[in-house]
Amino acid sequence: MRTGILRSASPLPGFGLSFGIMMTVLSIVVLLPIAALLGRGLTIGPADLWEMVNSQRIRSALLLSFRAALIASLFNLVFGLVLAWVLVRYRFWGRRLIDAAIDLPFALPTAVAGIALTALYAPNGVFGQLLAPFNIKIAYTEIGIWLALIFIGLPFVVRTVQPVIEELDREIEEASATLGARRIYTLYRVILPTLTPALLTGFALALARSVGEYGSVIFIAGNLPLQTEIAPLLIVIRLEEYNYDAATAIGLAMLLISFAMLLAINAIQIWSRRRMGDV
Amino acid sequence: MSDIAYPVRANPVTTEPRLARYILIGTVVVLIAILLFAPLIAVFAEALREGWSAAISSLSEPDARSAIRLTLLVAAVVVPLNAVFGIAAAWAITKFDFRGKAFLITLIDLPFSVSPVVAGLALVLLFGSNSALGAWFIAHDMKIVFALPGILLATMFVTFPFVARELIPVMMEQGRAEEEAALTLGASGWRTFFTVTLPNIRWALLYGVLLCNARAMGEFGAVAVISGKIRGETTTMPIMIEMLYNEYLSVAAFSLAAALAMLALVTLLLKSLLEWRYADLLSATRRH
Repeated sequence: MRTGILRSASPLPGFGLSFGIMMTVLSIVVLLPIAALLGRGLTIGPADLWEMVNSQRIRSALLLSFRAALIASLFNLVFGLVLAWVLVRYRFWGRRLIDAAIDLPFALPTAVAGIALTALYAPNGVFGQLLAPFNIKIAYTEIGIWLALIFIGLPFVVRTVQPVIEELDREIEEASATLGARRIYTLYRVILPTLTPALLTGFALALARSVGEYGSVIFIAGNLPLQTEIAPLLIVIRLEEYNYDAATAIGLAMLLISFAMLLAINAIQIWSRRRMGDV
Repeated sequence: MSDIAYPVRANPVTTEPRLARYILIGTVVVLIAILLFAPLIAVFAEALREGWSAAISSLSEPDARSAIRLTLLVAAVVVPLNAVFGIAAAWAITKFDFRGKAFLITLIDLPFSVSPVVAGLALVLLFGSNSALGAWFIAHDMKIVFALPGILLATMFVTFPFVARELIPVMMEQGRAEEEAALTLGASGWRTFFTVTLPNIRWALLYGVLLCNARAMGEFGAVAVISGKIRGETTTMPIMIEMLYNEYLSVAAFSLAAALAMLALVTLLLKSLLEWRYADLLSATRRH
């Protein structure tokens, strides 16, 4: 097996052992369960799967999950770029604190984030009370879902763009200025194109994460069918009814979206590597 | 609050006008305060709404204590397993050249883009009572779904890429010249690993373990699906938070949440310390 897989001999030992551990764990933890999901889908058959997915409730849940994730990730794309720029280029009081806090959504469990956001934005919460006079409701509406997804997706764009900004060559900006470009023109025509691959990667990662997010959303969403019921919640509901076929149908639809995202992320990285060497 | 908003290496042609700088910094500070700091403060404020003693006594309820024990147990099993897997994967991927490597890296990243709920569902379908494998396990008196092994598998799934992802770029950068030198000088494979490779990757490893641990203790979606939420038996801290919250036991829910938020703060603190102290050893491509 060793000689079959290896492309060239390496003087280092341990290929069999490390490759074996990797493949065993990967198979048991990730590949077999995914295969079980696909297999279950095959036994149900495409016609029945389609019929199950094509109900109004599931369609609206899938659409909601995708739409909210898209809106939140677009917000994070813009805000993440500004945030990364400010953190790298400016020095101000509190910069390090903010830089460290960016990763809070990675470290804080999603259920904790969910109940905290709900406590803030519920009609009797601190922010909820402030917004009530303007007739703005956030908790238990779709806006609440956007907010939760903005929270959990926040670090992705910042953390992919930040290192690229750090390595920008200032001389190019100087050259652009010397040639008479206004600052805004330099930012838009010189700097932004350099950041595009990292921005897209961060955006795609945030989107992939938000589409499938469950923990932070269910508390603030209100979970009304056809209105604020996200697709992962519908899977949980079907499982609690022991309706495994319906759960599988929704799960496969979501898996398909995940695979598409993964493909997109890889395509972005290949494209950017061709375009700028390496990101 | 930003009294000295001067840019790095101030140069009027390579920075934005002063007004634009102030507006950008102001926006960032306000939005971060609303989006990140406010929820964090809310967790502690809600937990302490009825005072310290109420918060602390709710943490010593039997259900809360068993949830804390279970969460610690899950992390104690999953994190070391993931560390071993991460090291093995990084070793195989960075020290050898084999077919299908790029595809394999994509597979390792797969859990990042799969919804935790879908992961839980997939595990239920694989090990549940109406699958062949599940039936075999039940016949041999082993419970996987709605029991600890299922929770462990679900947590492994969602935390799967963490350690490997941190190690692969670092080990890629370091190449294999140092290991080759050690082997030429007569060291055994294991000795080479422990005295040459491990010291080179220890900070990146610690970093990955830290992130893996935070996620392992906080995972909700995948565990919610596979645990069956049997009170006192398969309820981890996040699941217990949901149950208490849905029973309108706000102080109890937020007290447990505050305990997890403390863990998040410690994680962030250690992570920042690692980044400031060992930035060069954590590799430039690491940051996310």
